[in-house]
Amino acid sequence: MLAIYRREMGAFFTSGVAYVFLAVFWLVSGIFFYNGVVASGTTDTSSMFSSMFYIVLFLIPVLTMKLLSEEKKNRTDQGLLTAPVGLWEIVLGKYFAALTLYIIAESVVFIYAFILNYLGDVVWTPLLGNYVAMIFLGAAFIAVGLFISSLTENQMASAVVSLVVLFVIYLSEMLVSSFENGGKLKKAIHFVVSKLAFYSRYVEFTRGVFSLPSIVFFISAAFLFNFFTVKVLEKRRWS
Amino acid sequence: MIEVRNLTKMYGDKLAVNNISFKVEKGEILGFLGPNGAGKSTTMNMLTGYISSTAGEVLIDGTDILEDPKKAKANIGYLPEIPPLYVDMTVDAYLSFMYDLKKCKLPRKAHLKDVCNLCKIQDVRGRIIKNLSKGYRQRVGMAQALINNPPVLILDEPTVGLDPNQIIEIRSLIKKLGKRHTVILSSHILPEIQAVCDRIIIINKGEVAADGTADEIAKNITNEHKMTLRIEGPEHSAEDKRVIADAIRGISGVKYVRADMEREKGIYDYDVETDGKTDVRRAINKLCADKGWNILMLQLSDLTLEDIFLKITMGDGLDKAGSEKSGKSKSKPRIDLKTSEGGKISAVQEDDDEKEENDDTAVSDSSEENNGGEE
Repeated sequence: MLAIYRREMGAFFTSGVAYVFLAVFWLVSGIFFYNGVVASGTTDTSSMFSSMFYIVLFLIPVLTMKLLSEEKKNRTDQGLLTAPVGLWEIVLGKYFAALTLYIIAESVVFIYAFILNYLGDVVWTPLLGNYVAMIFLGAAFIAVGLFISSLTENQMASAVVSLVVLFVIYLSEMLVSSFENGGKLKKAIHFVVSKLAFYSRYVEFTRGVFSLPSIVFFISAAFLFNFFTVKVLEKRRWS
Repeated sequence: MIEVRNLTKMYGDKLAVNNISFKVEKGEILGFLGPNGAGKSTTMNMLTGYISSTAGEVLIDGTDILEDPKKAKANIGYLPEIPPLYVDMTVDAYLSFMYDLKKCKLPRKAHLKDVCNLCKIQDVRGRIIKNLSKGYRQRVGMAQALINNPPVLILDEPTVGLDPNQIIEIRSLIKKLGKRHTVILSSHILPEIQAVCDRIIIINKGEVAADGTADEIAKNITNEHKMTLRIEGPEHSAEDKRVIADAIRGISGVKYVRADMEREKGIYDYDVETDGKTDVRRAINKLCADKGWNILMLQLSDLTLEDIFLKITMGDGLDKAGSEKSGKSKSKPRIDLKTSEGGKISAVQEDDDEKEENDDTAVSDSSEENNGGEE
């Protein structure tokens, strides 16, 4: 697993994906930081964090698009799958590489915190809570992106489909919001969808609630999609 | 070392590999020979655990590749048809990655140096794989397979894309490796297989068509021995041709004589086939001496691997011998021409053999499909 992790980290930087990802992430989050915090004359970072959801949504597909699709296209998966390593090691090696880069990108909030430190008093507890929540949100999204990357040989297809899927996950609760007052079936649908919602779970944190069930939810989602990825690789072998 | 039992692979309902069984002993170099799409790569992918088999089992050193894949795979070095290279890494970084991936315990620096020396890639170790030529890439792929000194090496067309010098180098490398490793290599280049391998398996349409050394296979596919004679008759005319051919036909042990073209003025060549048991050369010599004819040339033409290959893979046999044997020869080593020929013949003649015909089309379809997949 460590070998794959290291190679994947190296590949992020040699292929330039890492630079694009970090540059865009930091640029856009910087804009959110300036508009939401500095320009509004507050040290409350929650509005910045709730906007960060969109960066995560749009940038994670870039991070995950080539993780498995390119292996298949270049036939390098033959090297991996015939080496004495398990499928879980392959998937998790790649997964944690993407997660590491994501955490590096996200940790920029600490720089913002130091800037705020000069301007006023930083409220550390919500900031740390949001930071942790964002890590787990990313962890779940990366697993989704990795899973979609395993389904195709085409990077672009992988990126676009991941984006669409993440977007649908985001929109799903808004689509069913009118169902809340409907009949039994509509209510049931609303119940299920809102329980599976990513966005409102995440936004909860920006309101100052540290919800352990939501963390567990994100971890479960991450595990589930990694499990699906393993199954896709396994199935490819058996077909 | 490697044991394959009744290995079968279906892609959907298309049969790519049909019931292949063979054994490879330690230190043996086995050549896989077959036309494109015969199922060579599919078989190798199953041997290495890249894809699963539909039925049958693969034992590497007694370990089933599907039951304990990690242990079995640790014993295999695999060079697929397209070397699995990460083209944006340097050769060194890539080999180091494979070293880690294979959980190699040998001293890293020394081992990588050995491997690079063996494959003659020392001078490109610092370069990015993307910028290497096909030949070098192939050798890096080879080096990758050799990391961790696996007892079994499986090489899928290792000399594709190399120039003649490199081909010779790789061949001698494989021969050298064959002393310490068990090697399976596939190719459709006949001289290569003949030069390198101890034993040959010919695969056609997903089935083992022949198994043995080149000589054994040749002996089994046909008993006849052929020779070409050039005899000078007294009159230098077409009449000579008839008389001489008739006289040779009269010798016991000769099965078939055909007068060939006029090679020199008034002198003809004769293709003679014997039953394989009697040596007719002395009889012919005596005959010619008695009649006052001159033998200008006598050339034995036993089957080359090329003839065998064509005979087996073309299906309809280059001469009658093939079709005579096709029906029944299931003896060991198997030479089985039945499927293809049965199919073709029945397709033309009558419908009562319909099932076989269907089988045949299914097999050939699947091999095409398989070929497509390889590319």
